[in-house]
Formats: sequence, C-alpha cells, structure tokens
Amino acid sequence: MEERNKVLEVKNLKTWFHTFKGVVKAVDDVSFELYEKEILGIVGESGGGKSITGFSIINMIDEPGIIETGEILFEGRNIVRLSEGEMNKIRGKKISMIFQDPMTSLNPVYTIGKQLEEILILHESLSKKERRNRCIELLKAVGISNAEKRLKNYPHEFSGGMRQRVVIAIALASNPKIIIADEPTTALDVTIQAQILRLMKKLVRENNCALILITHDLAVIAEMADRVNVMYCGKIVESGYTRDIIFHHLHPYTQGLIGSIPGTDTEKKRLTTIEGVVPNMFDLPKGCKFAPRCAYRQPVCFEEEPEIRDFGDNHRAACFFPVREGAV
Amino acid sequence: MNQPVKHGRMRIFLHSEFFDHYKKSPTAIISSFILVTVILLAIFGPKITVQNPYDLGSLNLSEAFKPPAWMDGGDSRFLLGTDQNGRDILSAIIYGSRVSLFIGLVGVLLTSLVGITLGLLAGYFGGKFDTIIMRIADIQLAFPSMLIALFLMGLTGPSIRNILIALTLIGWVRYTRIVRGEVLSVREKEYVDAAKVIGFSNGSIILKQILPNVMTSIIVISTLRVGSFIMTEATLSFLGVGVPISTPSLGMLCSDGFKVLYSGLWWVSIFPGLYIVIIVFAINLLGDFLRDELNPKLK
Repeated sequence: MEERNKVLEVKNLKTWFHTFKGVVKAVDDVSFELYEKEILGIVGESGGGKSITGFSIINMIDEPGIIETGEILFEGRNIVRLSEGEMNKIRGKKISMIFQDPMTSLNPVYTIGKQLEEILILHESLSKKERRNRCIELLKAVGISNAEKRLKNYPHEFSGGMRQRVVIAIALASNPKIIIADEPTTALDVTIQAQILRLMKKLVRENNCALILITHDLAVIAEMADRVNVMYCGKIVESGYTRDIIFHHLHPYTQGLIGSIPGTDTEKKRLTTIEGVVPNMFDLPKGCKFAPRCAYRQPVCFEEEPEIRDFGDNHRAACFFPVREGAV
Repeated sequence: MNQPVKHGRMRIFLHSEFFDHYKKSPTAIISSFILVTVILLAIFGPKITVQNPYDLGSLNLSEAFKPPAWMDGGDSRFLLGTDQNGRDILSAIIYGSRVSLFIGLVGVLLTSLVGITLGLLAGYFGGKFDTIIMRIADIQLAFPSMLIALFLMGLTGPSIRNILIALTLIGWVRYTRIVRGEVLSVREKEYVDAAKVIGFSNGSIILKQILPNVMTSIIVISTLRVGSFIMTEATLSFLGVGVPISTPSLGMLCSDGFKVLYSGLWWVSIFPGLYIVIIVFAINLLGDFLRDELNPKLK
C-alpha cells in the first residue's frame, strides 16, 4: 500500500456531556487518522458516539457537552481550541458536513440556487457570473438534469433523493478536504440510497477529498468504506480495513453487528441479534462496556477494561478474547 | 411543453395557492377592498374634502350643528353633518384616520422591531438573557396593558411620540413571546446546523436562516396588531391621554362628539366610532385570513 498523507488525526478525543444527572462520556478517548482520498466508515448502534465524534471534529458541540481533552490535527494544527471566527473559516471551506435528513437540511424559504450561492459568496471570491456557472456545474456533477432551471426551484419542489443531491452539491461547493456525512442515506428509499452512495463515492474520488461516513448500516459501510471504526459506548472497539472488519472481525460486537444484517440469500429463520441493549450512558459497567451483552464474556471482562491492541495490518481491537481463531 | 416559463415574482404569486384561496374568499376580498379604500382616502383625502378641519379659518360657526345630508336641515356639502364648531364630520374623519392609521402602522413597526429583535436573541442564544427577557415579559403580562398605557401617557402627556412609545412598551411582549417560541423550534432544524457547518456567523444565521422562517407568524400578528393599536390609541384619546387636541384622531373625534351626544348631536360621535369599527373589523378579518393561510400548523 502506497504511503499516503494524513489529512486529519484525532488523538485521545474526549467529548463529555455534563448533565444534571451525571457525566455522559459520549466520546471517550477516541483516536483515529484519516488519509487523503479515503473513505472512513464509523459504524455502531444509536448512542454509540458516532455523530458526536463527527460534530467534535468541526467543533459543533452544544452545551452541556465539551471537548475535555484531545487533539484534532488538521493541516498540521490543532483545531480543538480555535476561536469561532477561525473555525468558521474551516467549516464549509475545508471541512463540510452532510446531514441525515435532506427534508430539513435545506432552508425552505430560499431557492436551491441561492443556498448554493451563499457558500460560494462566503468562501470563494467569484463574480456573480462565475458563481452561477459554478452552481450549474455543481448541480450537474451531482446528477441533477436541467440544472439552469432547477436553480430557481425551492427545496419543496425536489424529492428526497434530489434534495440530498443538492446537499451534497453544497458540501462540495468549495472543494473541501474532508466531508463528514452523518447518516447521509438513512432517510432515503433503499433504491435511492445506492444511487446516492455511489454518487458520493465517485465525487469524493474525483475531488480528492476524504470522507467520514457515519452510519449504523454495515451494508453501507461494506459498499463504501476503505477503513472502518466500530464504535460502542463512546469508544472505538475495532478498526481496520473494511474487508478485515467484514470477513475477519475480532470483536464480538462487530460480529454481532454483522450477524444482524438481514440477508436474502441465506435461509435463516430468525435474524441474529445482539442480546440486551446499549447500557445506560450514565451508569456504564465497569470493565469492558460490551461484556454484559457479550456471548464470549469471561469474569475478567467485568473487572478490567481491555486496551485496544494491534493485530497487524492496521487491524486493531479492544477485546481480551477476540473471536477470530488464532488471533490472540 | 417547451415554451419558456417566466419566473417573475408576480407570476409566481398569481399562480400560488395563496392567491387562489384569496380569490375564493369573499371576506378576504371585501376586507382588503375596505382597507385599500381607507388607505387611499387617508392618502388622497385632503384633496377631496370640503375643508381642512384643522384649519380654524376654514370653519364657519354658522354652519355648526348641521345633521347628515339626508336628514331634515342637512346640507349637501356636509355629507355626515357638522359639529358644534361647523367642522365637517366626513373631513374630520378622513383627517382623523390619517392620524389613527399612522399610529397603528408606525406603532406596529416600532413594536415589531423591538419585539422581534428581543425574541430572536432570546430564542437563539437562550441562557440568562432569555430568562431575564422572558421574566420581564411575564411580569408585564400580569398587568392589564391598558393600565400601563394610561399610566405612561398620564406621566408623559399627550403627543404622538409618547403614544408610540407607550404602544411599543405594551406591545413588544406578544412579539417577543411568539418569535422566541418559533425560534426555539426553527433553530433545531438541520438547515440551521447546516448553516453553521458552512461557516455562517451567528448574526447571519439569525437574519438569513431563522428570521425568514418566522416571518409568517410575524406578518399575521402584525396585521392583527395594527387593528388593536388603532383601538388602543382611540381608547387613550377618548380618555384624554392620547393624541394632542391639535391633531385629532378618530378616538379624539369620538370623545369630542361624546360631549354633545346627549344634546341630540349623535352624528358627531357615532360616525368616527363607526369608522374605527369598520377599519378594525376589516383588519381583523384580513388578519384571520392570513393566519389561516400562512400558518402551517393550521393546515
């Protein structure tokens, strides 16, 4: 594998929420890297800290959450403690974000042309005509036909899939280095999902940017990502190249996630599920957070928390008893 | 299919659902027709009235106490009769409506500026500022607003400026509460997050992303407020703490006529009162129509 440049490095990120009921460690000591032109998947159940990780990167954590410690290195500098003003120069320009629900992520009172233009006005110095051309070019790039006319349409005149294309066009508008997509296809029809995912993959490759794809859907990850971080209760429990995660996973949680994907080719009577629910974030179990739900748990799992270990070829997992044979 | 589609704003408006409903609603058409007439009369009235009721020189005492034109002893020049000073009631009403409408419209403008600004800031930033503003609003709502207005006007004396200040001080609460409530829901929308992610500053998020989305509520309250401000002003003037005597508003005319009401000169007081009723009624009808049409929650 060729040596690639890191565009983003997250080191020991801790984003905690100090609520009245106690401290929620939504992101707890998470470290990962993102390389140029790479698609990194972050996968896990709801409440696992995936979205908060994404929001932490662009420093959009609302009260009562704060980034306790950790470094987020982007273009050689730590962006965790940048002022709002400096952060605003990075948001949208260098790092942009795609949200889950295209129905609400476009402002209903403006035409999409206007919304596309806004970001160009904010981050690029183009003339009015250049901006218009760029808008048309962007809409064409995301596969919207009749772009000149569509610029004058309002969001409600688009279908969900089309809106998400517009959202992607906005995210791409100023050639960002990183796009963070938070469940970008969850709100869409399955048939549209595949189209949008392929489009995103193509555009990410063409524009030389890196994508952080946050999703609960391992099938999406399998199709899209180069590398995967599996998150559980605010921690990365396993990370590695996608094929390793899918076919040679180490952590019982990853195994559970993969087991619960419905397949049409296999004749299973019932889907395998992970027993139990995500623990209460106010009262996390001692030791391994997954132990109470784990099929392979041993007494030690309740006592000590496993450190994340390297199993070779960038494949890491935090488990005392990895499920792949011979991995210990 | 290939003919070029014009995207003029007028064209969009004429083909909108809103305009279609408007065409089908007799109350909306009648009320807006009344309002347009009232406004045109207020603007061009001085050109068509028989006298300037403010100009004492044009009044003739020998023409005092004329009843409306259709009654015995009526004078065709004075359609609605004259008062004890020979002032033409119709002219006085038209001049008076200028003052009333001015106070209603400018009052709403000032009130909405203050109320919307506070509501946007309180709703968007929350925290201590929000708490302080909303507690002040709660306290103010515990007093009857007319009492506050009477107190303020009694303290500062009758003038148009003072009445605008009083209306703003009693009116901002309603704007602030409604706008704040709307902002609380709009700011949770993903497009607001999306705007932050794009790199918008708080100021432009409030003005460009949030304000346009709370505009419909603002339009609806503003319309209804114009009516209620005209009423408030009329009441204050009637009670003698409103506009100064030199610039009679409709309420002032009612009050003047009230003194001679029991002498049988009913027209001096009734016609200005009726005009207030017509204006406020038309505004309220139009406001209700707008509320039903523009409020997405009622759809």
